[in-house]
Amino acid sequence: MQRIGVFVCWCGSNIAATVDVVQVAQALAKEPGVVFATDYQYMCSQAGQDLIGAAIKEHGLTGVVICSCSPRMHETTFRKTCQKAGLNPYMVEIANIREHCSWIHKDKPTATEKAVILGRAAIAKVHLNAPLTAGTSPVTKRALVIGGGIAGIQTALDIADAGFPVDIVEKKPTIGGKMTQIDKTFPTLDCAACILTPKMVDVSQNEKIDIISYAQVEKVQGFVGNFSVTIRKKARYVDESKCTGCGLCTEKCPQKKVPNEFNLGLDTRRAIYIPFAQAVPKVATIDPDYCSMLKSGKCGVCAKVCAAGAIDYKQQDELITREYGAIVVATGFEPIGMDKFDEFAYAQSPDVVTSLELERLMNAAGPTGGTLLRPSDGTHPHTLVFVQCVGSRCDGGEKGKPYCSKICCMYTAKHAMLIRDKYPDTEVYVFYIDVRTPGKNFDEFYRRAVEEYGVHYIKGMVGKVTPQDGKLKVQASDLLGGRQLHIDADMVVLAAAIEPDKSARPLATMLTASMDTNDFFTEAHPKLRPVESPTAGIFLSGACQGPKDIPETVAQAGAAASKVIGLLSKDALTCNPCTAQPDELKCNGCSSCENVCPYGAISYIDKPFRGPNRTTLIRRVAQVNPAVCQGCGACTVACPSGAMDLQGFSNKQIMAEVDAICR
Amino acid sequence: MTYSYFPGCTLKTRGKDLDTWGRASMEALGIHLEELPQWQCCGAVYPLAKDEIGSRLSAVRALAAARDLGTPLVTLCSACHHVIKRTNYDIRHDALFRDRANNYMAPDTAYQGEAQVLHYLEVLRDHVGFDTLAKKVVKPLTGRKIGAYYGCLLLRPSKAMAFDDPENPTILEDFIQAIGAQPVFYAQRNECCGGYVTLEDPSLSQARAGAVLHNAAAQGADTLITACPLCLYNLQKNGGKLPVVYFTELLAEALGLKEVPV
Repeated sequence: MQRIGVFVCWCGSNIAATVDVVQVAQALAKEPGVVFATDYQYMCSQAGQDLIGAAIKEHGLTGVVICSCSPRMHETTFRKTCQKAGLNPYMVEIANIREHCSWIHKDKPTATEKAVILGRAAIAKVHLNAPLTAGTSPVTKRALVIGGGIAGIQTALDIADAGFPVDIVEKKPTIGGKMTQIDKTFPTLDCAACILTPKMVDVSQNEKIDIISYAQVEKVQGFVGNFSVTIRKKARYVDESKCTGCGLCTEKCPQKKVPNEFNLGLDTRRAIYIPFAQAVPKVATIDPDYCSMLKSGKCGVCAKVCAAGAIDYKQQDELITREYGAIVVATGFEPIGMDKFDEFAYAQSPDVVTSLELERLMNAAGPTGGTLLRPSDGTHPHTLVFVQCVGSRCDGGEKGKPYCSKICCMYTAKHAMLIRDKYPDTEVYVFYIDVRTPGKNFDEFYRRAVEEYGVHYIKGMVGKVTPQDGKLKVQASDLLGGRQLHIDADMVVLAAAIEPDKSARPLATMLTASMDTNDFFTEAHPKLRPVESPTAGIFLSGACQGPKDIPETVAQAGAAASKVIGLLSKDALTCNPCTAQPDELKCNGCSSCENVCPYGAISYIDKPFRGPNRTTLIRRVAQVNPAVCQGCGACTVACPSGAMDLQGFSNKQIMAEVDAICR
Repeated sequence: MTYSYFPGCTLKTRGKDLDTWGRASMEALGIHLEELPQWQCCGAVYPLAKDEIGSRLSAVRALAAARDLGTPLVTLCSACHHVIKRTNYDIRHDALFRDRANNYMAPDTAYQGEAQVLHYLEVLRDHVGFDTLAKKVVKPLTGRKIGAYYGCLLLRPSKAMAFDDPENPTILEDFIQAIGAQPVFYAQRNECCGGYVTLEDPSLSQARAGAVLHNAAAQGADTLITACPLCLYNLQKNGGKLPVVYFTELLAEALGLKEVPV
């Protein structure tokens, strides 16, 4: 018989306001095997932990039940406490009476009753707990960063700086991401390229960093410290080791009508291209959708002009498999499509542009050489209307996103200010729901746009944009003035909401990393573990976790790097001892468990068993590699003969919990 | 094939062209529209206030009658379609309204939203098919530049109406293409014509109609088509030179059923 101690936590008023903790402790004290039960205001505090340690020693406890918050929060804390007091850490069970009880109930008697039941279930489980000893597994001292925007770049540089090798996988032909397309950055108005491109060069020159561009992650196996990742490096039909980036091919290619994605389709490029002058790696890529040689075998101009002999029309996709200790997701964001917002006439008029397109129209390296011109006729625009929150803060979910995209208020203020500064003959209107400027020097920046640059900020939304007679007739509401406005504009700029990159969801599936309903990666804890995924060994950097501006992205990228460095600095990781274990006498060798195991931890061996009349039988039985098993329990469910059991979560223990709940 | 048909009051009086040519065309396309027996006014769109019940019952009666006949209920007037479709939506989604309506009417079998409500254009698109329609056109309207005027009632609220994309609809443009004419896209095609305030604030109504017609003309339209009698009235009364007709008139013309006015 176990000697069990029960410790009921108040969690201040979090639990105690809804659950009668004294009554819970008293009720659980009567359970069989319970020799000590008490309650305390903050069980996780030093005093609370000391209380547990003293009780273990004084009462000779062999098992401990803590009725408190979720085990995700403090299971590790209490296991350590008990270990210090000489108890095996796996003799501790948590009854979650906060998230599963006090936070979701209002009625005190109901909540108290439920807390008692949850405590009873944990006690029933502890009765069947057995001491477990954790093994260790080695750590591969190399990190993978998925995404080569400013987030991925900063994370990779910081990890490399600590001495660990890093690979960056970037799906585009060059690293740099969205920041390469931005002209100036708020609130300092320094040029984006001037602060980004040196970092891109640092990455390419860093011996510890390997850039795998024009590539995508295809398969992820393994677990924290021991990932094995397969990367598909797409054929760019150019030998990267030979191409010097001279760009001659991109001038001679006869296929001139390819929409240039770097300028968001505002101009064209050739079928063989280098995305922009400062691309890293600076090598050409052939677009197979437009190259006549690849499509019909006719042309070959680029191969003729290439002095380095780098063109290879027969190049194939390459699969690279590498081992990593940690993976950082830095897949970034995309502005949402404007097809559901036709009230702004985006599809009807080229003079209605998104904010990112405006960046290109204002950029010295953009299609207009930095002079702001109307895309329709190349004339100078005099009246510009900015519409904020296009697709942000939409309720109902029929179109747009429920969240605030966070960066739009500031970049719109920047655009408005820059236009008024450069072209004082313009009238600039900004329609907003709210102006949100929390950030260092942000509100000052916005006020400068209004007070010094005379930008017309109007609270209200644009209802309709009608292209007519060479103008954009904007119909809008001025909510503070209580009137309808009609503005004949030359250009309309839409601050499109941002959403996670489309590649994020399939990647999350590969990584078994969780996402929210908007496809942003979920952090392990919103306040205390903001750069880690709940999946061990997966870290989050930048806007893949939520909308962020550049300073925030860089800060988070550095934080993710420091977490990776902490992990890679270890020589070995403590394994989870709650692994699957087969009962060989029950196992019939059917392979069901092997087929469902997502980690490849189960194999089969032929093993001799003693048969009747002193004979020896060779039987095929399952074998689990505890270093690889992650304790997910899929095999225990799949096993038709009940031979597979998860240590610490055995079928018997779970049934005992169910029995205790139903009693 | 026979469908139930709810014409509505206006189509029996001012909007006869919408009705006559609509029925004749459907007949030519092999679909008979059988007028619902003893239908009552749909109640127009005024009674769609949240707490209104009495004036919505005629729509529920029409729906229940169509359910009993076992045929889809086809409407043509935008306003009737709006009321009947939304009433059906509320019957399906709002338990309180459903119970109150059934308690009040006390039918033999409670009406639970079983009927299917189709706008005439949906029948053309989804049942006849615009490709089939194009093949049956004998007098294509080649060279005509026609602007579709949707108005507000057909499209919104999009969740309940489930008719077309409320901001970028294409059903009328596809129809225009099917009868051999060239559709003219213009931004104001899905904006309100101002018809509802025509008695209260004629100047606003005129401004709205003017904005629609001017925009369509500026984009090159020679004619506007609509499915709404109120829009047609308002655009004609407050408009300029741009002709506004019912889409069924052009359909009948293309099918060779109606003499082309000289």
